[in-house]
Amino acid sequence: MLKGKQSWVFSQRPAIIATGVTGGPFEANGNLADDFDLLHEDLWMGEDSYEKAHRVLMEGASRTALRKAEMEKKDVQFFLGGDLINQITPTSLSARSLEIPYFGLFGACSTSMEGLALGSFMINYGGANAVITGAASHNAAVEKQFRYPTEYGGQKPPTAQWTVTGAGAALLVQNNGGNDPVTTAATIGKVVDMGVTDPFNMGGAMAPAAADTIYNHFQDMQIEPSYYDLIVTGDLGKIGRVTALELLKNKGLIIPDEQFQDCGILIYKEDQPVQSGGSGAGCSASVLYGHLLNRMKRGELKKILMVATGALLSPLTVQQNESIPCIAHAVAIEMP
Amino acid sequence: MCAKPKKTPDQEQYDQLEKKYETKRPVLKNCLRAFWVGGLFCIVGQAISYFYIYFFNFTEQTASNPTVATMIFIAMLLTGFGVYDRLGQFAGAGSAVPVTGFGNAVISAAIEHRTEGFVLGVGSNMFKLAGSVLLFGVFSAFVVALIKTILIYMGVI
Repeated sequence: MLKGKQSWVFSQRPAIIATGVTGGPFEANGNLADDFDLLHEDLWMGEDSYEKAHRVLMEGASRTALRKAEMEKKDVQFFLGGDLINQITPTSLSARSLEIPYFGLFGACSTSMEGLALGSFMINYGGANAVITGAASHNAAVEKQFRYPTEYGGQKPPTAQWTVTGAGAALLVQNNGGNDPVTTAATIGKVVDMGVTDPFNMGGAMAPAAADTIYNHFQDMQIEPSYYDLIVTGDLGKIGRVTALELLKNKGLIIPDEQFQDCGILIYKEDQPVQSGGSGAGCSASVLYGHLLNRMKRGELKKILMVATGALLSPLTVQQNESIPCIAHAVAIEMP
Repeated sequence: MCAKPKKTPDQEQYDQLEKKYETKRPVLKNCLRAFWVGGLFCIVGQAISYFYIYFFNFTEQTASNPTVATMIFIAMLLTGFGVYDRLGQFAGAGSAVPVTGFGNAVISAAIEHRTEGFVLGVGSNMFKLAGSVLLFGVFSAFVVALIKTILIYMGVI
């Protein structure tokens, strides 16, 4: 049901009955290694190209979710997913082997919540009994497309972020009264462009989009930030996080520092050379479907608002001096 | 070339707010690191140059070719073993400006596009970073040579 300007309320409370999270070697050394279902030892993942390895991540996450729920692919009506590679081929190739009717999504790093919001909407209105939604990114494949060759010795500025090698997928079903996390609301963001042109400062570019979506979520839902135990952004990094906090404060929304977390900061250890933090479509997906939902199931968190942020740029738009258009989508997840 | 978009007042205001939190590049530290790492590269180069002069039949003029080739070979190994990009993050211009940096730009692109085959992958992407260096390097050499020729012709030098 539409509530306010741009939010949906899911009265049927679709349940996330299982998730699958895969990662790479760098994530295995990170902060949240225990929350991954499968960690690959090397970036190739037994394939002969990084793009194929990227597909392996997405496929692995989806299959793990199915296996955990003891469901088969024929029981799932739709697969909604995406990634950052041109024409989202890694996800489409995963859909080929999953053989589940497929919606390919592109929302850059916000894809995870775009998928979860749309999937919840489908389930809520009986459009499906079960859907899989997820997002993935692979450091080497993404850097190859957006930046320089992986072995190129260019110096990254402190504002840069590290693309996460990882995928997260969730299996979303009609609420069966079980004890699984449920989605209760979603706020779809608009494209916000505050004129940042530096592709090595994604956090700074995306912060206004995150702030806009968070602000509108609370306006539409008519609740206070204290309603949630945690408000988590996708990949703002250290710089984007504090910037978004200040933007929200300027709009009159005071969120305590410890209540406002970021997946890109959570995923890696302090001493890993990731500059401002992690990023990529797999960042929010793997941290939410792994670490955060595990914490919810352990009872540490009851209600969270997940805000995945995306920079909708391409190498071409950067070279043509376009500023970076950004977006953020929020989904509220609660324990029943 | 496309024009830079003009910033609206809102965007200007945001720019100022964001700059407050933006971690600045540590310029002085970067310069010092670039200075001594770059200098170290040059010492190695000089040592290799002397090696060719003393142990082989090279003169100070002719030793530069095998020296550059050796330096690039070392850069190739360091790139292949995944060391050069880490060195680059530490040293910045110190490892990018010497000829080894040029070698790294070519070699890293060649490695990167190996998966697309030799012709459309390695062949057409190898110079995607270094190509501009070649083009503008050759062109500026041409301009400098032209000026020198004119000056000689006019009897200035």
